[in-house]
Amino acid sequence: MKTIFALSGVVIKELYRRKDFYVLFVLTALITLVLGAVNFFNDDRIVRYLKEVCLLLIWVSSLVIAIGTTARQIPAERENRTIFPLLAKPVSRWQVILGKFFGCWFACGLSLVLFYVFFLLLSGTREHQWPLLQYVQTFALHWALLGIVVSLVLLGSIVFAAPSSNATISFIVVLGILFVGRHLNTVALQQPEPLNSIIYTIYFLIPHLEWFDVRDLVIYGQHLVGWGDCLLAIAYAAVYSTFVLAAAWVAFRRKALNL
Amino acid sequence: MKKAAPAYWLLLLLTCAFTLGTVLQPRTTLWSPRAEAGSLLKVMLGDGRSLFADFFARKADISFHSGYYPSIFDQAEAPKDTRHMTSVDPDEADGHSDHDHEAATTTGEPHKEAAHEDHDDAHEQAMNFLGPPRDIFERFGRRFMITEHAHLEGGDAREILPWLKVAADLDPHRIETYTVASYWLRNRLKKPAEAEKFLREGLKENPDSYEILAELGAVYYQNLKETARARNVWELALKKWDVQESGKKEPDTLGRVQILDHLALLEETEGNYSAALDYLKKAQPLSPSPQAIQRQIDELSAKVK
Repeated sequence: MKTIFALSGVVIKELYRRKDFYVLFVLTALITLVLGAVNFFNDDRIVRYLKEVCLLLIWVSSLVIAIGTTARQIPAERENRTIFPLLAKPVSRWQVILGKFFGCWFACGLSLVLFYVFFLLLSGTREHQWPLLQYVQTFALHWALLGIVVSLVLLGSIVFAAPSSNATISFIVVLGILFVGRHLNTVALQQPEPLNSIIYTIYFLIPHLEWFDVRDLVIYGQHLVGWGDCLLAIAYAAVYSTFVLAAAWVAFRRKALNL
Repeated sequence: MKKAAPAYWLLLLLTCAFTLGTVLQPRTTLWSPRAEAGSLLKVMLGDGRSLFADFFARKADISFHSGYYPSIFDQAEAPKDTRHMTSVDPDEADGHSDHDHEAATTTGEPHKEAAHEDHDDAHEQAMNFLGPPRDIFERFGRRFMITEHAHLEGGDAREILPWLKVAADLDPHRIETYTVASYWLRNRLKKPAEAEKFLREGLKENPDSYEILAELGAVYYQNLKETARARNVWELALKKWDVQESGKKEPDTLGRVQILDHLALLEETEGNYSAALDYLKKAQPLSPSPQAIQRQIDELSAKVK
């Protein structure tokens, strides 16, 4: 575990040395604050539009950070040839995969904490309500989703040739699942066989990222998700991430490291 | 010959660019109608703005339903218009609805109430789009989303306004954006001055809109208590309706009935019973509930005698 955490520490240091996070955070804060300053019909108690825009920006930023950071990890090690001394330490390939995963996931978690603190302060000062439990739940589910995304991108960084193609495909897949994943069963039922069975199988196989998107519950001040359901969803994310990481390890084990 | 320093050449080019800019700028407005645009959005998006306006008007509707709204996969079930956004729910607890409901039944708008009741039932049915879950994943997924149909109540209604304002900025010819926003501003948020201002903006963009005029009259009559202005505006609305709708195959009869109802109510409260009777008689053949209007006519006829 020590080796894994040493590897992840390097990834976290890389996040705060690079400018991506700062730029995204400043942009999110700036856009939200400018929108917050807009006067709609002399009513300063309008807040939901602001929460919606802010959460959307947080989601976009977190996906950019997760995919951007993860996609370049292994290709950069190979390109700079630092993968060879790393594996000669000795560090096994399984540890490299796990170290990179935890590094990227913790880095996403750290940035997410800052984003959510900003959101909490913004909505609290405007709304004069502090639904902390709901925000904790939203954060936990969001972070669990990023775990699945990071593992998928890590697998992509071994399968695909370049970080750019990996990042693009990962974005398309993640956004596709977020927008369409929930409705694939509806689409499947409208198709003739064998398309029906194929689409339904895809529906059960894909990671259901949309479960982790509880923004609407926060924006519209709805109920808390049951804690049991929340834990079940996090367990689903853990199992799915482990499965994808195992697939990444299998692919990485057979991968030639020289370019 | 001594060569000029590069800095002088750059300065010369900059001066030329500036001079040309001052010459060309007034002429560019004549090249394309887009260049005449007042707002940045108009310049950037052109006619594509109306697509974005629809998106933001839909956002207002989603906000009105507190996030419970059919997706693109349930679009057959999506509300087709915004009438449900201005419909009256008699069961609402804040008291305003009861008043509106009572007003509708007792002061010459019985058809409006009947139309609203039919529409509310259809709307409730349409919004029951989820149905039972088809599989275990769908059942589990519903625990993380909004699954109950509810409309915004009382002061929460303010949350739809930013989306409507943006929709109006993007497409100033989308009449219902102005009327829906005004309805909420004057009825629930008690901001008739803001409603009037917004309707005036709409009227500036759509000077022939009888719908905006009808709503503006309601602001004057019901909220600002300016009877004379309300009468003028509603009479103008009636004229605009005649010019635009009377020649159509399927005219907006409900719009005309509403204007006539408003005028009848105004004249009745002002004691001009015969004028009120005239308006009601004009409204009766077009109304979806002529019997109710007949009762109104009978009551007024008794008063005249």
